[in-house]
Amino acid sequence: MEQAEDLSQYPLELTGKNVPMVRFKKVAKRYGSLTVLEHLDLDVAEGEMVTIIGPSGSGKTTVLRTLMTLERINEGVIYVDGKPLTHMEKDGKLVPASQKYLRAMRSKIGMCFQHFNLFPHMTALENCMEGPVHVLGIPRKQARERSEELLEMVGMADKRDQHPSRLSGGQQQRVAIARALAMRPKVMLFDEVTSALDPEVIGEVTNVIRRLVSDYNLTMLMVTHQMGFARDISDRVCFFYRGRIEEQAPPSELFGDPKSDRTRQFLSAVKEAV
Amino acid sequence: MSYFEFLVAHGDLLLSGTLVTAMLAAVSIALAIVLALTAGLMRLAPAGPVRWVATVYIEFFRGTSLLVQLYWIFFVLPLFGLSLDKFTAGFIGVGMNLGAYGAELVRGAILSVPKGQWEAALAINMSPLTRMRRIILPQALVIMLPPWGNLLIELLKGTALVSLISVADLTFQAKQINATTFMSAKAFGTALIIYYVMARFIITPLMRWLERSMARKLGRA
Ligand SMILES: Nc1ncnc2c1ncn2[C@@H]1O[C@H](COP(=O)(O)OP(=O)(O)OP(=O)(O)O)[C@@H](O)[C@H]1O
Ligand SMILES: [Mg+2]
Repeated sequence: MEQAEDLSQYPLELTGKNVPMVRFKKVAKRYGSLTVLEHLDLDVAEGEMVTIIGPSGSGKTTVLRTLMTLERINEGVIYVDGKPLTHMEKDGKLVPASQKYLRAMRSKIGMCFQHFNLFPHMTALENCMEGPVHVLGIPRKQARERSEELLEMVGMADKRDQHPSRLSGGQQQRVAIARALAMRPKVMLFDEVTSALDPEVIGEVTNVIRRLVSDYNLTMLMVTHQMGFARDISDRVCFFYRGRIEEQAPPSELFGDPKSDRTRQFLSAVKEAV
Repeated sequence: MSYFEFLVAHGDLLLSGTLVTAMLAAVSIALAIVLALTAGLMRLAPAGPVRWVATVYIEFFRGTSLLVQLYWIFFVLPLFGLSLDKFTAGFIGVGMNLGAYGAELVRGAILSVPKGQWEAALAINMSPLTRMRRIILPQALVIMLPPWGNLLIELLKGTALVSLISVADLTFQAKQINATTFMSAKAFGTALIIYYVMARFIITPLMRWLERSMARKLGRA
């Protein structure tokens, strides 16, 4: 049995100027004896695009999954929009979040997966309408209009009545992005959304993400192995190594003049692989 | 006596037996589906006691003989003050027995819906109930339809046992005809053919049609 952590060291909410949209505070995540995240501190400002790179198994996906509340954390607190996500206030103290609290907080976050995970028994349009209608309770007509707009934005309007099995990987991923946006999240998470795609269709998905960056005031956290794309689009790049941030900097700096040997090694290994 | 003459003489009994078998199978199937869904979902419940109730039901009805279960329902329950007529006892026995097998199919199918589907539903903030109803069960249904086809044929064949608590089903009537005429080959031969026709030309095509229409819903057809 692990020692219960003293939660009084964490604020009940974040106040003041420059409250980050996302804050990881001393977050630890373990699977049995394997420590995947080790006292991770990470802030993402509102509207910022932060990219996470790093070797396989360094904990990149885990960062996104704990933020999406798909995984519970073992230590620390994650804050979203100034309020705790993984914990909630009870009698002036932080306690682990209840399911009800998690549901309220989770509505601020959306996620796109490597393997799209579209609902196979629904058309592209139905996939996008599902959350608005059955989670948010928005009238069908309104949900439909908004979903159609979003499908238009990702260039999938003409395929809206197709089931996922009839769509290419790039098309499915674009529908998945529209589905996540239909919930109006404040924070969007992208986990290697182009890794399962054929090279010739990667561009259709990255172009959509570029549009999100330029046209929407979304806070985004993205894991990718595409260094060129990360360099183009990010405000900041974090290099993960064994569950910690080894180095973080604006892309020009991190790719152009990495400080850490490990970062340098990783970047040159990636370059050779291409 | 030719086979034609046999049919003319005993056709009415065979027909009424067939109708009773079909009726009994139909209500048993309805009961089995309801029980299978309920127990299958209960087996996946977070609360221990809910799971245990389902486990006891499933273990009991899968682990003991259908015939003895029917005897229990028809002969023993009245001793505890619960008397059921033959037909009711018959379909409850058959339905509960097959429901227990069906529950395992339901549970297995739900668990084999890919993890990514559960996570995608959570990522759009679905409640567990909505997720089960809107995302998981529809996909589980597609997965479990083929084994359900086999189960329903088992159920149809299993209904023959209700003749032993004197429900006047097809098997019962065939036995009656045999007892009075001693034409075993014709009586039981006809019963065999009727069971086969019901299984192969009614249940199987119905299930195939269901599978195809589900596949169409997935945009796969
Ligand atoms: N459910 C789990 N149970 C046990 N170990 C896990 C589980 N999920 C992840 N891990 C382990 O945690 C570590 C970090 O995993 P994570 O998926 O975050 O890595 P990653 O940086 O995304 O790697 P990749 O580039 O290969 O996707 C790995 O060693 C992985 O094996
Ligand atoms: Mg990963």
